[in-house]
Amino acid sequence: MDQALFQFLLRMGDNTLILGHRVSEWCGHSPVLEEDIALANTALDLIGQTQMWLGLAAEVQGEGADADKLAFLRDAWDFRNVLLVEMPNGDFGQTLMRQFLFDAWHSIMLGRLMTSSNEQIAAIAAKASKEVTYHLERSADTVVGLGDGTEESHARMQAALDYLWPYVGEMFVSDDVDAAMVAAGIAPDPKALREEYDALIGRVLADATLTIPDSKFGHTGGRDGRMHTEHLGHLLTQMQWLQRAYPGATW
Amino acid sequence: MSISNSQPSETQIWEWLDAVPDPEIPVISVVDLGIVRQVSWKDDALHVAVTPTYSGCPATSIIEIDIETALRDHGIEKITFERRIAPAWTTDWLTDKGRAKLEDYGIAPPQAAGGPTHCPQCKSTRVTKVSQFGSTPCKAHWRCEDCLEPFDYFKCI
Repeated sequence: MDQALFQFLLRMGDNTLILGHRVSEWCGHSPVLEEDIALANTALDLIGQTQMWLGLAAEVQGEGADADKLAFLRDAWDFRNVLLVEMPNGDFGQTLMRQFLFDAWHSIMLGRLMTSSNEQIAAIAAKASKEVTYHLERSADTVVGLGDGTEESHARMQAALDYLWPYVGEMFVSDDVDAAMVAAGIAPDPKALREEYDALIGRVLADATLTIPDSKFGHTGGRDGRMHTEHLGHLLTQMQWLQRAYPGATW
Repeated sequence: MSISNSQPSETQIWEWLDAVPDPEIPVISVVDLGIVRQVSWKDDALHVAVTPTYSGCPATSIIEIDIETALRDHGIEKITFERRIAPAWTTDWLTDKGRAKLEDYGIAPPQAAGGPTHCPQCKSTRVTKVSQFGSTPCKAHWRCEDCLEPFDYFKCI
């Protein structure tokens, strides 16, 4: 098995899986119907992308697993998503801030992966990129609308940005898996995406009249599985409950 | 009797598939939607390639079942399905017939400009976006400023 490629695919698929699940927690609870539908649609896209990423990961692993087995039968320490996506939803503003901070990275990353030397990865990226363009358009618009909104909404968006900012840096940390992907022409070096990311979020957050925190400190441990936050385990107990209680259940 | 004599032509199969409705927008067919990318015989098995509209669209597996059912009703026994993701589906593949049917049904067809040209109900050009997302992954939610009716817009991707 190509261990580095497997790890890379888990990182892509676990990001979309965990964020997709988090966003789906809003279904039926959003402030207005249109936002409920938008969040559910976003979650659906992310889960669909997960099926492609984890499906390919299972193929590379070559142990007879599939996307469902990888999603429902691994425990917290085997997940490779960045910590940002497992952060709790908080209020609606925090959910949209988390979405925006991720969408901005996601859109840039998928753009690069469209020219991957691996044809399957390039195809998944091309498909996902179309969907993520819509995600970013909406999350950026909403961050501006709420940030540059009322005193209350502005304060909540600034609090959300302050809370989530220490989780942004992990998306741009490079390790041995990334070095192997760069060498094979499969994926870009995460560090190389930072400049474009900072420019993109800088523009939007300025429009939103929000202040990016000064701190360079960043939590890590998600994408290498070294240490997830306490929130991931709680999420998995919900997401995996059915397959754990009734192994192999189908409908 | 040779197998080839009993095989319906690919043109015939395209016609049959053009009678299979999209499960969520039944006014257009799966062929109108542009998701059937290839129909070809390989020996005695029919190969059908389908490209999903959106990666998480729950209609994709229903569509495969509907296509299989229709083809079996026409006597085709061996069918192999391929879910083809590249090139990615684009609304450019919607047929002209499909676009006209969407409009008649009250769904504004996709436009390269990124929004509907007019209200599919009263034809007014004064329209406003409510949300980039609508009742299904492929649609956005718009409203007419003249007749005040909400309507679906088929997103251009």
